[in-house]
Amino acid sequence: MSRRNNKEKAIEVALLMTSGVTIVALFLLCIFLFREGALLFGDHSLVSFITGTSWYPSSSPAKFGLLPLLAGSLIVTAGAIILSVPLGIAAAIYMAELADPRIAQILKPFVEILAGIPSVVYGFFGLIVVVPLLQDLLSLPTGQTALAGSIMLGMMALPTIISVAEDAINSVPLSLKEGSLALGSTHWQTIYRVILPAALSGISAAVMLGIGRAIGETMTVMMVTGNTAIIPGIPEGLFDPVRTMTATIALEMGEVPQGSEHFHALFAVGAVLFITTFIINLIADSVKKKYRLQEEA
Amino acid sequence: MFLRPDKAEKLAFATLKICMASVIIFVSVLLIHIIVNGYSVLSIEFITQMPMKRMTEGGIYPAIVGTVSLIGLSMALAVPLGILSAIYLNEYSSPGRASWAIEMAINNLAGTPSVVFGLFGLALFVKYFGFGPSILSASLTLALLILPVIIRASKEALMTVPQEYREASLALGITKWQTTRKVILPAAIPGIMTGIVLSIGRVAGETAPILLTGAAYFLPRIPDSVFSQFMALPYHLFVLATSGTSISQTRPLQYGTALVLLFIVFMMNGIAVVIRNHYRKKLSR
Repeated sequence: MSRRNNKEKAIEVALLMTSGVTIVALFLLCIFLFREGALLFGDHSLVSFITGTSWYPSSSPAKFGLLPLLAGSLIVTAGAIILSVPLGIAAAIYMAELADPRIAQILKPFVEILAGIPSVVYGFFGLIVVVPLLQDLLSLPTGQTALAGSIMLGMMALPTIISVAEDAINSVPLSLKEGSLALGSTHWQTIYRVILPAALSGISAAVMLGIGRAIGETMTVMMVTGNTAIIPGIPEGLFDPVRTMTATIALEMGEVPQGSEHFHALFAVGAVLFITTFIINLIADSVKKKYRLQEEA
Repeated sequence: MFLRPDKAEKLAFATLKICMASVIIFVSVLLIHIIVNGYSVLSIEFITQMPMKRMTEGGIYPAIVGTVSLIGLSMALAVPLGILSAIYLNEYSSPGRASWAIEMAINNLAGTPSVVFGLFGLALFVKYFGFGPSILSASLTLALLILPVIIRASKEALMTVPQEYREASLALGITKWQTTRKVILPAAIPGIMTGIVLSIGRVAGETAPILLTGAAYFLPRIPDSVFSQFMALPYHLFVLATSGTSISQTRPLQYGTALVLLFIVFMMNGIAVVIRNHYRKKLSR
């Protein structure tokens, strides 16, 4: 009997160690990302990195200012969110409240398909169809603009926003809805006065996750935003080429010698990106927890 | 001015429908555009030939081989790790510091951008372990990228196994590990398979991580070991569409590559749906 128990104990420990791989992976990721990034700050100050307004990695002396890239990421993401949040929430309301269950059953896999399309295919479509279209419609010197990035990223963030928001709407207790309808409110009044407020924290989590998805996206933005590292004006910068943090890493890493200043600067940008998404996920997580607590109460 | 409630409702619902329709139209245009333009390029030669004349003609065979090797190797690493982790989290762990830390790590890894995984793979596998830019480095990186996805899907599948199964088996004096292996895991396999198949689609389409860990612009041969550089479908599409002097000349090749990539991803989605439906039917019987 005790031998059997020993074997069971050993298996449990082995399983614990296996699942510990995720912790080790996260730990190593932080160490290697921050270590390689920190090596930049022998010759360059942290302040000049964070507040620097120009990114000229090949001028001499090289300038590694984060601001143009950060601003590029922010403007593209902001545009994407402005487009995808209303559209995504509207689609979620439609699927959860209005659509015939049979139609909803067809729409769901459709949204999954949207989530499955590789980012490089979105980028390709953006480059070939959306970019020329924008250039013609708005008579811009080039269609490769922050706006093109926002449109494509908005589409890519949609499945995340739709599915999380739909879950939040579906988890609103039926009694609330029935109570409101029984008082003589129309279905729409019930939706925007009762159901949406009750689902608000879940919907905010959906928005945060959408932001996280958009800010970390690489290939699509790299292919459609033109990649010019200048600080964009707001809002007219939407119609100019911009360069995001993700695109900078992917574009420049191929050309730099390993261990050079520039190499470490790109890791430093990666570290900023990691911290940004970390914070966004933390907020999304705490918002989600809040609405779970509300449900139980 | 205020609208009467019934008018307001009509207006609001019409807006919702327009929003839903525009999402559908956008996706349909994207898919149809690529299918229509890519279809005429597809041929046996296209998928079995090497690229020719500086990639302006010929096929995408090495890119397909590269993508398939990446899928095989990264799945071989991530699937066992993922399933065992999920078993620990759902069957063994009790709420406490260890399981909290593991869950936190999974959530964080899942939210980390793929290009950051690329940097990590470059620093750890390519540089520190000295694997160089290679299939091995890229597969290890992709394995870590999809590990959270597989753990979550497997855990979800294990959670749907009824508690009675566990109790009945344990009541017969069968050990916990045997119960898990012989009773619980078989019942959860369809759900786990769905998760695995979907992450195959994900691995096939990821570009940024392999760009930093070993994907080659052009290789005139098939990689001969896991330490070779490789071509891959998504990176090949990116290269054809953005660099070189003959971008418009190779447009048909670009559509063809995009279509093959989409085909792989949709085939995986389709398989996942089939497994799910099959399993649902079995349950409802």
